[in-house]
Amino acid sequence: MSPVIKPKGEKFTLPGKYLLFILTILCTGLMVLTFTTSALSTPLSYAAGFLVVPFEKGISKVGSYLNERTEMLQEIQHLIEENESLKQQVADLTGENISLQQDRFELTNLRQLYQLDAEYADYEKIGARVISKDSGNWYHSFVIDKGTDDGIEENMNVIAGTGLVGRVASTGKNWAKVTTIISDNVSASGTVLSTSDNIVVTGNLETYAEGRIEFSKLIDEKNQVVEGDKIVTSNISDHYLPGILIGYISGINTDSNNLTKSGYVTPAVDFSHLEEVLIILEQKQTIED
Amino acid sequence: MRKRILSILFYFIMFFCFLLQCTLFKRLSFGGISPNLLIITTTSIGFMRGEKPGLLAGFVSGLFVDIFFGDVIGLYAMLYMYIGFLNGKFSKIFYPEDLKLPLALITLSDLSFGMVCYIVLFLLRGRLNFPYFFFRIILPETVYTLVMGIVLYPILLTLYKRLNIDEDRSETEFV
Repeated sequence: MSPVIKPKGEKFTLPGKYLLFILTILCTGLMVLTFTTSALSTPLSYAAGFLVVPFEKGISKVGSYLNERTEMLQEIQHLIEENESLKQQVADLTGENISLQQDRFELTNLRQLYQLDAEYADYEKIGARVISKDSGNWYHSFVIDKGTDDGIEENMNVIAGTGLVGRVASTGKNWAKVTTIISDNVSASGTVLSTSDNIVVTGNLETYAEGRIEFSKLIDEKNQVVEGDKIVTSNISDHYLPGILIGYISGINTDSNNLTKSGYVTPAVDFSHLEEVLIILEQKQTIED
Repeated sequence: MRKRILSILFYFIMFFCFLLQCTLFKRLSFGGISPNLLIITTTSIGFMRGEKPGLLAGFVSGLFVDIFFGDVIGLYAMLYMYIGFLNGKFSKIFYPEDLKLPLALITLSDLSFGMVCYIVLFLLRGRLNFPYFFFRIILPETVYTLVMGIVLYPILLTLYKRLNIDEDRSETEFV
């Protein structure tokens, strides 16, 4: 007798095997659907946002409150000592400040030369708090507590302090997922600031254990690019606004083809201690298709 | 009725585990590795209650992970679902007094979960340094999950025993 058909009077139940089969097809269908369109993600993410985000906000608030308290107690002793050394430092810095002001004058001039007037300090930004991180240990994405209600859209750039963190990958009503540039499956187009050579910066789980990610496809015949050079997002990047600091070069190797070079980039942002991030509300201009 | 309460309770715990996994345990991570609590709940529901509850629990928890952190919806749902289903196969030889089988199953499940994740998400993109990923990510996660399993599993077991023993009793009274 087929396992689906049961004697009369007994309740109809679907055996596990069949349910598994149906759900496998459903999952495969969903995967194909999300690969090709984004029609499905909106209703699902809205529903999940209502269910999960309030809890996560609460937990992370309690967590950061406790963190702050313990830190405060630890800090007091430390602060007394620090105060002494800081007084000394103030004197030193006053001297340094004068020379820096001269540098700044020079910088303003150079910026005009570089035509970087639209530096990212001028972009309109919105602050958000990190409320949860990727549940697995493979990628470095996280969820923030602002969503479409606050004007956040997909592909908006996310920065912290002065450096690039990543971009918004998906949004819900009151949350958004951010994929970081250190994630293993993410690449960004960058420019070496000193020579204007374009490179590809790729996240790498393996090298990030040492605090750095990879770059590749650098064409530098005259060996002008050196360690410590600044890398910013390039003007040909698909998603990133130009001129945002990615990090600094921390190692260069010549590839086996003798034409290009690759190496490592130390990101400007400390990804393991991200608490608050800024989202640039302006989006990279793209060609409409 | 009690079975329904049990599944609602288990789902509630699962949801709570998902929240903790993404928030609290990210703060308690060792060397950037945090435990996979959802594996513990999915596996436990699987071998305690059978194939069908197991695969449903896996599907739901995987879907949560997919919506928030997955690149495509359905991948983790499918993975967790199969883990729940395969653990359901062991419900026939599961009895509550034995601690070895559940912990072995939790370990094995997380290990195979890590392997499949590596194959699907990394190996297929040409990241071939398997020993590195195994010793840096998969194995530490499994160990941490096992430790958390030792804490979390008795809680699930007590719930299961309480509601299940009562169920048996009421059935015999009825007969």
